[in-house]
Amino acid sequence: MSATLVPDVGRTVVRANYHPAILIGGSVVVAALFTAAPWILPVAWVSVLNNFFLLLIMATMWNLLAGYAGMVSIGQQGFIGLGSYALLYLALKGMSPFAAIPLAALIAGAIAVPVTFVLFRLRGGYFSVATWVVADSAMLVILSIAYLGGGTGRPLPGLANLSPTAYNHDSYLATWLTALVVSVGTYLLLRSRLGLVLASMRDSETAARSSGAKVTSTRRWIFVIAATGCGAAGAVLAISQPFVQPGNAFNINWLAEMLFATIIGGIGTVEGPIIGTIVYFVLYQSLQGLGAWYLIIFGALAVAVALWQPGGVWGLVRDKTRFELLPVGYRVRDK
Amino acid sequence: MPLLQLKDVSKRFGQVVVANGVSLQLEAGDAVGIVGPNGAGKTTLFSMIAGDVKVDAGEILFKGRPITRAAVAARCRAGIGRTYQIPLPFEHLSVFENALVAVHQGARVHGLEGSERALDALVRTGLIDLANRPAGALGLLHRKRLELARALATGPELLLLDEIAGGLTDLEVVELTEVIRGIRADGVTIVWIEHVVRALLSTVDRLVCLAGGELVADGSPREVLNSEAVRRVYLGGAIINEAVS
Repeated sequence: MSATLVPDVGRTVVRANYHPAILIGGSVVVAALFTAAPWILPVAWVSVLNNFFLLLIMATMWNLLAGYAGMVSIGQQGFIGLGSYALLYLALKGMSPFAAIPLAALIAGAIAVPVTFVLFRLRGGYFSVATWVVADSAMLVILSIAYLGGGTGRPLPGLANLSPTAYNHDSYLATWLTALVVSVGTYLLLRSRLGLVLASMRDSETAARSSGAKVTSTRRWIFVIAATGCGAAGAVLAISQPFVQPGNAFNINWLAEMLFATIIGGIGTVEGPIIGTIVYFVLYQSLQGLGAWYLIIFGALAVAVALWQPGGVWGLVRDKTRFELLPVGYRVRDK
Repeated sequence: MPLLQLKDVSKRFGQVVVANGVSLQLEAGDAVGIVGPNGAGKTTLFSMIAGDVKVDAGEILFKGRPITRAAVAARCRAGIGRTYQIPLPFEHLSVFENALVAVHQGARVHGLEGSERALDALVRTGLIDLANRPAGALGLLHRKRLELARALATGPELLLLDEIAGGLTDLEVVELTEVIRGIRADGVTIVWIEHVVRALLSTVDRLVCLAGGELVADGSPREVLNSEAVRRVYLGGAIINEAVS
């Protein structure tokens, strides 16, 4: 954004490749529209938007994890479940569910810290399988806690005083604001030094280390951030149900959806999860009349994209147009 | 105090001994060339200094402090920069971003000053006009220069160059040697593994010969190249004669 002047070599370093005012102005307009959605759109649409933002959070986190940090986790549903249950616990203790969202997310993130010390001993496929084991173990622990409803779950307390309309509005706004924080936060992270070093590690871990990068601790940060983000998704999921049950909170379908959205949109690109989530919902809305067939079509599509267009929809657009909607890189220019 | 000290450093990969009680001492400002046949343990020596390879026995001290067990990143941040024989560019990043990663992570300099340092590393290595080029699109000469730029951007006191001139044309070697001499003139200590002996001789004032994981000669370039031990190692000997004359 800010141009830095380097007098001795006569070059300037800039960030965005088009005027930042357009980026910020555009974001403000989009943000205002989504904030106003419950007042302008029919209830059914608001519900779709709610699910859209829920998936957007998850896809953004999975993209950060797998697309940028190379950690192919198939256990993110574990942190979604933990976020849901952390929120349930805090609500049972008397906290307002809305106020408890950040804390629930942080609890999921905190649980991820010790988990990394075990998981990071493993590589590649072993790492992936282990993340799934962690997710299932977390669910088994939750199942055994009677206070949290065991296998049948519990309704989320603290929402009874809201009218159905107010509940719908507030629940949507909570999801939307969480998605906004997660998306903007992830974008800023990818534009930061951390984002640059992540991109370097993706190309050569060896060279990154010998350039001074602390590869393992960088990975740990990303894993914990992704767990926190998925925890936040779990928390807003609990509010939008509003019933917390292990089979739903720890459902592996969340993983399938976030994976699909990321791969279709373009893994390892900032824009990918956003595009992918839009594609997912457009397809879902138009194909759900086909019954189970829609799942087969989704699966075939994901395989086809992975095989023939590994950069996803956004990868194709970027390669054809060289356009970046959300630039993260640096450009050197003559003064 | 010596800048770098290796004390009886040993390393084996299975049955293959790649370092057998190697001891070496470098003073700040030195420019040392390392020669030796393929498999002599030259690159492994660098990897042990930079931390990519852990030693089996012995001790390594940098600026008087033991770094034998330190991580690669910690050694880089302490002031040890290295290049790889087969360049390892961050292919999807631009040339400038490659240098910037090294400035951020290695030199721990950020913001405006960080950008300036990265640009400076590109100017010194002659890459400034390619600053926005994706590193993956570079040819061999530029990849080698980028290795150098990135190592330089970490702000090293000790620079380990691994066959940076290998595979280049004579003219390219001359250009690159100029760059390295410039780096040396700024006070950076240089250790340079090279088969292109002529390039070495124009830059270094001390030569070390490794063979079979052992240090067989250490001294002025002329002494080392004329020593009996080195002649035995290089059976042909012709290349060296040509270089000295």
